Amino acid sequence: MFKIVNAQFIAPGIKRFTIEAPRIARKQRPGQFVIIRINEKGERIPLTIERSDPEKGTVNIVVQSIGKTTNLLNSLETGDSILDIVGPLGKPSEVRNFGTVVVIGGGVGTAMAYPTAAAMKNAGNRVITIIGGRNKDLVILEDDMRTVSDTVFVTTDDGSYGDKGLVTDKLRQLIDNGTRIDEVLAVGPIPMMRAVADLTRKEKIHTMVSLNPIMIDGTGMCGGCRVLVEGKSEFACVDGPEFDAHRVDFAILVQRNAMYRDAEKRSFEEYKHECELEKQKAAAQAEPVVIGAREGK
Amino acid sequence: MPTTPTKSSNPIPNKERIKMPRQHMPEQPAQVRNKLFTEVNLGYSAELARQEALRCLECAKPTCTKDCPVGVKVKDFVQLIVDGDFLAAAAKIREDNVLPAITGRVCPQEDHCEGACLLCKRGESLGIGYLERFVADYEQQHFDPSTIVKAPPTGKKVAIVGSGPSGLTAAGDLVQKGHEVHVFEALHEIGGVLVYGIPEFRLPKKIIREQVDIMRAMGVCFETDVVVGRTVTIDELFEEEGFDAVFVGTGAGLPQFMGIPGEHLNGVYSANEFLTRINLMHAYEFPKFDEPMVDFRGKNVAVIGGGNTALDAIRSSLRLGAGKAFILYRRSEAEMPARKEEVKHAREEGVEFQTLAAPLEFLDDGKGWLTGARCQKMELGEPDASGRRRPVPIPGSEYVVPLSVAVMAIGTTANPIIQTTTPGLATTKRGYIQADETSQKTSRKGVFAGGDIVTGGATVILAMGAGRRAASGIHQYLTTGEW
Repeated sequence: MFKIVNAQFIAPGIKRFTIEAPRIARKQRPGQFVIIRINEKGERIPLTIERSDPEKGTVNIVVQSIGKTTNLLNSLETGDSILDIVGPLGKPSEVRNFGTVVVIGGGVGTAMAYPTAAAMKNAGNRVITIIGGRNKDLVILEDDMRTVSDTVFVTTDDGSYGDKGLVTDKLRQLIDNGTRIDEVLAVGPIPMMRAVADLTRKEKIHTMVSLNPIMIDGTGMCGGCRVLVEGKSEFACVDGPEFDAHRVDFAILVQRNAMYRDAEKRSFEEYKHECELEKQKAAAQAEPVVIGAREGK
Repeated sequence: MPTTPTKSSNPIPNKERIKMPRQHMPEQPAQVRNKLFTEVNLGYSAELARQEALRCLECAKPTCTKDCPVGVKVKDFVQLIVDGDFLAAAAKIREDNVLPAITGRVCPQEDHCEGACLLCKRGESLGIGYLERFVADYEQQHFDPSTIVKAPPTGKKVAIVGSGPSGLTAAGDLVQKGHEVHVFEALHEIGGVLVYGIPEFRLPKKIIREQVDIMRAMGVCFETDVVVGRTVTIDELFEEEGFDAVFVGTGAGLPQFMGIPGEHLNGVYSANEFLTRINLMHAYEFPKFDEPMVDFRGKNVAVIGGGNTALDAIRSSLRLGAGKAFILYRRSEAEMPARKEEVKHAREEGVEFQTLAAPLEFLDDGKGWLTGARCQKMELGEPDASGRRRPVPIPGSEYVVPLSVAVMAIGTTANPIIQTTTPGLATTKRGYIQADETSQKTSRKGVFAGGDIVTGGATVILAMGAGRRAASGIHQYLTTGEW
């Protein structure tokens, strides 16, 4: 059992957990992830490590409510526990002095990009960060990113905050303004990473993306997380999760991530139904007890 | 180890024993069990076990023990069954094998003890595996932790990396010698391949848990969710956690694919993923358990390969409701590495065998889902490096089979996590860890290795043999300090 020492929503549907996991906290490097399992019947899902505190022995994960597991996880509070957390998994980001690095975080992907941005800054890079979100509420970690970046740009799809548009619009602007860019890291939804890859390919800017395929063990054993990289099968858990964006077959990634869509939908519907029943039960119990209705207890 | 001579209480003369038929293992009817994940073999009763035990010829120089990778004293434990002292029989096995309920179920006895049994020459071998299973199950039902005698502590600490058959065996042997033993497991359950790889209908999880509980009672510590190499390195185990020796038994590694077009289609699995979903994650109980699986009901399913893993996968497919389940194997049935009993069970359950055939390409529906395989027929040519006749494609023999699911069970390659995070650990050309064949010593002082991470994919009992040799190598190193 691993104890949740802090749990807080940082945006609607996005929660940050601080979990006691001293072994992982000691070893975590930017770009790595964990796999968690909430309970005996739970599935194993990979999640971003946002940061860790080796002294306190804690790691932070940032979770967006999407399906059953993430919703169930986000219903947990400070003081609750999860059954399993294993990591840090995957290869750390390649961090060195590239010159100018553009770090792009889309939605909850910003949490995975944050530790690498910090490490890039420490390595002497000029760090330009672009954070994208659907709207103002879904722009996360802006203050944290500001402390580790030379410049931070924010874009929102609806223009409710920062510049209206996509992260690629901002990247395009930087390139057109003649900004020298030596390296790009993009972490976020697949369409975003793919759009960044398409743009930087033309500009011949080396670009890394952090992939999130379906995964079970996270140690290379199952091969479920295989991605097609320049026609060759690679495993995101041991060869990644970061890959050269210009070599990744994003279409295959999208297709494979949809493999269990029906099952995921069914799982989530049943979960919501159970939650509804729980609520009704709780409401019923909260009603005043009619004397005589519960004979003999 | 010399076999302790015991006096036999078997009243039947040897020439009569030869005539006695082998007792059949009671099993669930094929058409019932092929829909269930519950165990196929039901186990001997005490009466059947005693009947079977009476067949043992009690050879002066037992070839069965000689051919057992862990050296189980078969004659002695079988005599104890004849005597009706089942717990003593279990204890006798335990001297050499800490996982008898497991080997009694999954060990290919026909290649070891039973293959060497003299009764083979006159008919069927003694049912050594069935007898082992019987006493192990009896022991589990009557297990009393207070009977465990702990060796005086040596003050030495050993880390075991991986809780599969080699790791558990090494742990069991070392704790019995008084060493403090910690087992680190990457997954959330103890057992390695026994838990994620072998299906419930061949090896129930309950059996593994009970065997592990016995080891816990013996004093072995287990820690799950630790990926050695990532969560903690071998150097850190020595320098920061005070271990005196480390045994690496991380098992077979990354699943292999054929490299043919269409392997990324939805519906194409590695056997490891397919079996892990079912066994470790209980996907067959979805949505009671959260891990999903594609819908197999009424579908055509093919498993590519001819080993035990392939048979486990195809028999699991039937239980998930596959309409048609078949094995695609590029050689003939005679070359199949799978156990004969598994092939027989699979056939009874309705598995078809398309031998001398291999897929060339997987076909899709234009939306990323598998719809079939273009295959090619083979014929057998000259023997290859493995000694088996090499499959040679027959020109113009291509055909298409409709398929919704394909499972690749064609072997694994070395997992690099330990090798790349442990400086000075020598590996083979293919990336496996180099280890001495008798002591299981690696190129790193204090580090031993055994099982599939050294040999490549093999069997449970061979991994256990390596675990035993490593335990004895480690014990010697810890007591003499000599490397």
